[in-house]
Amino acid sequence: MIDLAGFGDQLLLGAAMTVQLAVAALIVGLVLGLLGATARLSGFAPARALAGAYTTVVRGLPELIVVLIIYFGASRLLTTAAAALGYDGFVELSPFAAGVIALGLTFGAYATEVFRGAILAIPKGQVEAAHAFGMGRWLTFRRIVLPQVWRIALPGLGNLFLVLLKDTSLVSVIGLEELMRKTQIAVGFTRAPFTFYLTAAVLYLLMTMIAMAALHRGERAAARGMPRLRG
Amino acid sequence: MNFEVIVANLPKLLEGAGLTLELVAFGLVGGAALALPAALMRVSPRWWLWAPAFAYIFFFRGTPLLVQIFLVYYGLGQFEAVRDSVLWPILREPFWCAIIAFALNTGAYTAEILRGAIQAVPVGEVEAATAFGMSRTLSLRRIILPRAFRIALPAYGNEVILMLKGSALASTITLLDLTGMARTIIARTYMPVEIFLAAALIYLGMTFVFVQLYRLLERRLSRHVVGAR
Repeated sequence: MIDLAGFGDQLLLGAAMTVQLAVAALIVGLVLGLLGATARLSGFAPARALAGAYTTVVRGLPELIVVLIIYFGASRLLTTAAAALGYDGFVELSPFAAGVIALGLTFGAYATEVFRGAILAIPKGQVEAAHAFGMGRWLTFRRIVLPQVWRIALPGLGNLFLVLLKDTSLVSVIGLEELMRKTQIAVGFTRAPFTFYLTAAVLYLLMTMIAMAALHRGERAAARGMPRLRG
Repeated sequence: MNFEVIVANLPKLLEGAGLTLELVAFGLVGGAALALPAALMRVSPRWWLWAPAFAYIFFFRGTPLLVQIFLVYYGLGQFEAVRDSVLWPILREPFWCAIIAFALNTGAYTAEILRGAIQAVPVGEVEAATAFGMSRTLSLRRIILPRAFRIALPAYGNEVILMLKGSALASTITLLDLTGMARTIIARTYMPVEIFLAAALIYLGMTFVFVQLYRLLERRLSRHVVGAR
């Protein structure tokens, strides 16, 4: 077997941090995606323009640059804000928070497009029928649109989550001790880069496979009302 | 915001962008060379052909690009056999390691795109080719692959953009691509926000130009399609 020189549990701790980061960024990204899609489909032109600019810009930038800009940019904003409040010192955003914001922003930009497509895919007649039943806009959205958006958007969101899971490795660059950073530390001690980076790769593969299995189950559950889509 | 620092360092950043483009171009060429055989193997009914292709695609799509770059650049040096081999002068260079990792990575994604496209070629056209007496190789060369390339084109455009964005990771193995150059300038000036924003704008510019050119190419290749503008 491969000799991990006692770093095995450190790698597992790192993997746990990777999962936490991915889940936190997923929640932020889903909220941003839903808000973005609603804005892109709204009748209010400035909201449409803002959401359009958000998805175009963020999707055109390397994820690494987004992580770095958020980490350094947010720290400067916080320091300036703190100075305005009378605190003169350097305020820093934690690498975890910066990672969640940066990856959440990226996920949200792609999710906006996925949600937009899903909302557009819902037959207009259903929304009209809901209005005819006297449901308000919010109630229609919650009871008619959202449950179906979930089903239609899930495959697309699943792919985005797999991308997000791998992008968490970028947060190692700003020093968060997730799987990649822990692996680098282990390599520094043991001088066995191939062994450790391959182990990390296998751990990422395992996480991807677990996520894929969960997504498959989720897709089936979301499609339980559609007998033909059951696979 | 300090704009002077951006203007003063713009030539350096553009130099970095040049290296970014070089890395992406080499990576894409290598990736395409890997993707074609991998996709053809992947659609083969023989397990000893599709299984290795499946494993290759699965590994490189399922792990982060950063891990792949580190495996090639730091990892290979672990083996004495590699350090003693004739390839070591190449495998020692971060430039070639980045290109090898990029090519392996984009090759896996491209192979999967191409596999989907090959399977999307209408069965009737393949049957017609067989009815005309074309052998499997000839119909592959004249009918299936040209059709598949056209079907794969839009998805491949997205993959090129992903590669362009992924190339920022070259900065983690000491290369002075656009991101690497930005980080070096920041280490000297300590103006992270200005310099990263400038680099971001250059990346956006590159994606924008590429998307426009690619749209022209797609339109030109759809000339014969009725109703396509």
